[in-house]
Order: sequence, then C-alpha cells, then structure tokens
Amino acid sequence: MTFLRTHRTLATVIAFALVYAVIKVLSILPLNNGDPLLNAYYIQLIMLAGINIVMTVSLGMVNGFTGQFSIGHAGFMAVGAYTSAMITTVWLHTSTANPWVGYPVFIVAILAGGLLAAAAGYLVGAPSLRLKGDYLAIVTLSANELIRTVIRVTEVLGGPRGLGGIPKFTTLEVVFVFTIVSVVLMRNYLFSSHGRSMKAVRDSEIAAESTGINTTRQKVFVFVFSAFFAGVSGGVFAHLLQFIHPDNFSFMKSLEYLIYLYVGGSTSISGAIVGPAIFTLLPELMRGLQKWRLVIYPLILILTMIFRTEGIMGLKEFSFILIPQRQRKEVSA
Amino acid sequence: MGQFLQQLINGIQIGSIYALIALGYTMVYGIVRLINFAHADIFMFGAYMGFFLAPKMAMIFGGAFVPTIIAAMLITGLLGFIMEKLAYRPLRYKSRLSALITALGVSIFLENFCAMDFVLFGVHFVFGPTYRKFPDLIVAKNIPIPGNLGLNISNVLLLDVGVSVILMVLLFWFVNKTLIGKQMRAVAFDKPTASLMGINIDVVISTAFIVGPALAGAGGILYGTTYGMLASPFLGIWPGLKAFIAAVLGGIGNIPGAVLGAYIMGISEAFATSVNSNLGYGIAFAILIGILLIRPSGLLGKFMPEKV
Repeated sequence: MTFLRTHRTLATVIAFALVYAVIKVLSILPLNNGDPLLNAYYIQLIMLAGINIVMTVSLGMVNGFTGQFSIGHAGFMAVGAYTSAMITTVWLHTSTANPWVGYPVFIVAILAGGLLAAAAGYLVGAPSLRLKGDYLAIVTLSANELIRTVIRVTEVLGGPRGLGGIPKFTTLEVVFVFTIVSVVLMRNYLFSSHGRSMKAVRDSEIAAESTGINTTRQKVFVFVFSAFFAGVSGGVFAHLLQFIHPDNFSFMKSLEYLIYLYVGGSTSISGAIVGPAIFTLLPELMRGLQKWRLVIYPLILILTMIFRTEGIMGLKEFSFILIPQRQRKEVSA
Repeated sequence: MGQFLQQLINGIQIGSIYALIALGYTMVYGIVRLINFAHADIFMFGAYMGFFLAPKMAMIFGGAFVPTIIAAMLITGLLGFIMEKLAYRPLRYKSRLSALITALGVSIFLENFCAMDFVLFGVHFVFGPTYRKFPDLIVAKNIPIPGNLGLNISNVLLLDVGVSVILMVLLFWFVNKTLIGKQMRAVAFDKPTASLMGINIDVVISTAFIVGPALAGAGGILYGTTYGMLASPFLGIWPGLKAFIAAVLGGIGNIPGAVLGAYIMGISEAFATSVNSNLGYGIAFAILIGILLIRPSGLLGKFMPEKV
C-alpha cells in the first residue's frame, strides 16, 4: 500500500482498470436469471455518461475556470458529430467489419470533427469574447441554433431527416480511453500557467490585464480548446447512437450540459465529472417513481442550487485529479 | 405586391405575440439581471389556462374572450409571484449563474408537471402530453379588403395586434407614470442606490415577476386563438426563445427595444418562412448575430463601458 501511496498515477491507473473490469464482468456474467446484470441499455448509459463527462469538463473550462458564459456547447458537438459521420459514412463508407481499416479512419474522423468544431469556436469566440457581460451567452446560443439550421437545410447531411447508418465504432473501451485521455489533457491544461491565467481572468479581469495577461487571447484560446473537445465528443456520440438528427443538438442539449456542470460544481474538475455521472444515471435510478421522475428531477436540481449554490463538489477536487506533489527530500539539519 | 403585404401582415401578427413575451424577459432582466428561462413555460401555462377556463367563462359571462384573458393573466401573474418567492429569492445575492440554473430547473419542472395527468383533492388535472384543440374564443372570419391584392386579413389578426397594443400602452403608462413603475426604473438603473432612497426592492422585484408573466399569459391566449391548437406542454420553448432573442435584439432591459425587436423578429421570420420553412427558423439567430456584432448592446440599448 505504501508503494501505491507514493506512486499515485499508477494507483489511479489501477483503479480505473478495476472499474472497467467490474463493468465488463457485470455486463458478461449471467447473474440476473441468465441475463447479465448490466444489459446493453445500461452499458449505453454508462457510455453516454462518459461522453457527457468530457462535454461537461470542456464546458467547465470556459464557464467555471475562465468565468465566461457559454450556453451553446451542443452546437460544437453537432459540428463534430456531423463532420465525423460525413467522413466515415458518406465519403468512405467504412464499416466495423474490418477494424484495422475502420478504427484509423474513425480516429481521423473524430479528430477532424474536433478541428472543425474548434474552427467554429474561433469564429464564434473571437468577436464575442472581446466584450464583457452576457454577449457570449447570447452569441453562443444563437450560434448553436444557427448551426442546427444550417444542418437542417443541407441536403447532403440528411437535412431535417437526420443522418443514419453510421457504423458503431464507439464501444465501452473507446469511451473509457477517450474520457480518460480528454480529462487528463484538460486537467493538465488547467493546472498549467495558462490555467492559472484563466483563473486570474475569472477572478478579476482588470487585475489580470494589469499583470500582463492578454485576456482576450487567453479567453479565445480556451474557448477554441473547449470547442475542440466538444467536437470530438460529438464524433464519439454519433458513432455510439449510429443515427444523428439536428434536434439532438438543439439549445436544450446545451442547457443539459449547463445543468450537469453547475450541479456538480463549476469551479472544480471533479464537479464536472460528478455532475454528469449522477444526472445521466439519476433518471434511471428513479425508474421506480415512474412518470413522476421527470417532475422530481428538476426539483432535485432547484433544491441543490438553493441549498448548495456552489454545486456538489464546490471547490474540492478528488485526489486523483490533483497533480501529485513530488516527495520532498527531507533535509537533515 | 399582394404577397409582400400579406407576409408583412403575418409578421406583424406573430410579432405582437413575441412582443408580449419579450416584455417579460426584458423587465425581469432589467431588474434582476436574470434570463428567466421559465418565462416561456409561463406563456405555455397561460395558453393552457385559456383552454381550461374558456368554457366556464363562456358559461358564466356569456362572452369568452375578455374574461378568459383577464383570468389567465391573473393566474400567470400569481404563478410568476410564487416562482420568484420560492425559487429565485433565496438565490438573489448569490452567483447569477446559479439563479440561471434554477430558472432552467423551474422551466423543466413546469413543462413536465404540465405533461402530467393526475387527480389532486378530487380535481382531475389533465394538461397531458397530447394535442388539444383550443376553444374558439371569437368566431374567426375574413375581413374583405377593397382592391384586388388578394390580402387575407381575419378578425383574429386584428384582435392579436389590438390586444397587444392595448397591453403595451398600459405597460408604458405603468412603468412611466405610476410610483411603482418609477421605482422599477430606479431599481433597474442602480439597485443599491435605489435601496438607499427607501425603495423596497422586494416589492419591486415581485411586481416585475407579476407583470411580466401576466403579459406572457395574455400572449398565450392570443397564441391559442391564432393557431387554434395547443401541441403539448413543451410548446412555449421556441416562441419563448425567439422572444428572448427579440428582447436582446432591441437591447435587453429596454422596454421599447423589446417591442421593436419582437416586430423585427416576427416580420423577418414571416418572410424567411415563405422562402423555406427551415430557414424561417434560423433567420432570427442570423439577424441577432449580425446586429450584435455592429451594436453589442442591441438596437436601443445603451453601451456602458466598464471603468476601472
């Protein structure tokens, strides 16, 4: 145990491997009268929770850590989802039959989706982040709906009928790797000197500017970075559901991510992990309440906000999120 | 020419309904700086109240329209008051974003609560998720227009425009001439100073949350009368979002701005929809982004640079 305590990264890797193994075993072993305890539906929910975690952490970089207010994150997700589906399905007709060809194409496609979403993020963010106040909120909201309208009138993307027949590249393993890699990348960014200047911008923009931080550049950069992850999540999401429709990415979807983020705690990465994990699975846990669960769900949300305004995690982080401090050498006097 | 005028008239009609919703958004934003997402659902609630009350009102008063719209405005006003009291007041001096998330929660709550079908204290509440036919509050008929432009103007259209103009005039009078209206403007301008001048902020905020929802309730009745049906308890979302965009377009917090924005929105939407129905949906957002890039504080809003 002392070994694991001193090698925190290794301990974290082992912990995640164990979580994965438990889920995998429960989805195979026939414990529930011959059926596995976690059926395909639950596995899909777990995968959605993973995608929602990446979306929420990336939204948290803009809203929680930089203090901006973006409410159209699903628009970037749509850009990523449609770009990647366009590459794998419409242009290259890939299938899961030959994974050695399929997966490289899939990875290139989701990265391309992320890059295009980042470009869209630049177009939206560069003009609106110069201004203070609620302008970013309104512009991102409009951009979200505008992207959806463009998709609706574009025939090659399926228009208002949606785009189907997307190969199912997203498996539990893909989601696990994707979630962990994305969260680690974003965490490292947030704990770097850029991350510290972001927090300075959030706490006092004027003070940050006077210490020599180029606030506009910092804000635009983090916005683009966050749009990139939203785009990649969109790609993974499209290859999970195998059918995407412009209405999947409406403003309502963006609001869902805001809810996840603020209930979890916007100023903490752990909060942005806990929020979506709970709120993706909560409607399922409340299945016993039948039709009333959709009424009780918003009540839980309102009560959380009133009695714990800073979100479930507040400013706290799980210890595995924090970058381990090097062991200090004891200096003998 | 006839086609052009017809689209213009349709745009003015839908713009009148947007204006009634947009006024509530702008008043609440002007005073508490909160984007009240639940406002769209209050609009929906008003429309459903019309659906439930109209037959009873017709029985009691003989005519249906005027008593129904007044009753619906009273009920939505009360709903707005309760909503502020229970959900927003505890968060007033906390982060603005948590108030916004609470507004979202209230919105989802109202939508799903109204999609329920339940018995409470022996009364059967059936909003239900299904399509409903809105009762005919007035008998729709076309008004003949001289000339051969082929214009199609119904008395419903005149009613929509007439009722919203009357309500807007009443609101301007209320905000500019009455004591509580003047207090509202003072609080919107500078809350701490207004408070030091002896204005009771709680009363002012409550008033904004009664007047705004009451206007949205009236908008809901007009919506039901115009379209003749209520699709589902989720019907408020898109008219509400467009009305919010209209409020931003005109300069959020600015009452004439909200009306101007709503008419711009209604007219441009009518024209774009006549080209392509999907385009009609998105045009609002394209116009908004265009205008915000040129005038960041909206058409009639004042730009206040931050001073150190």
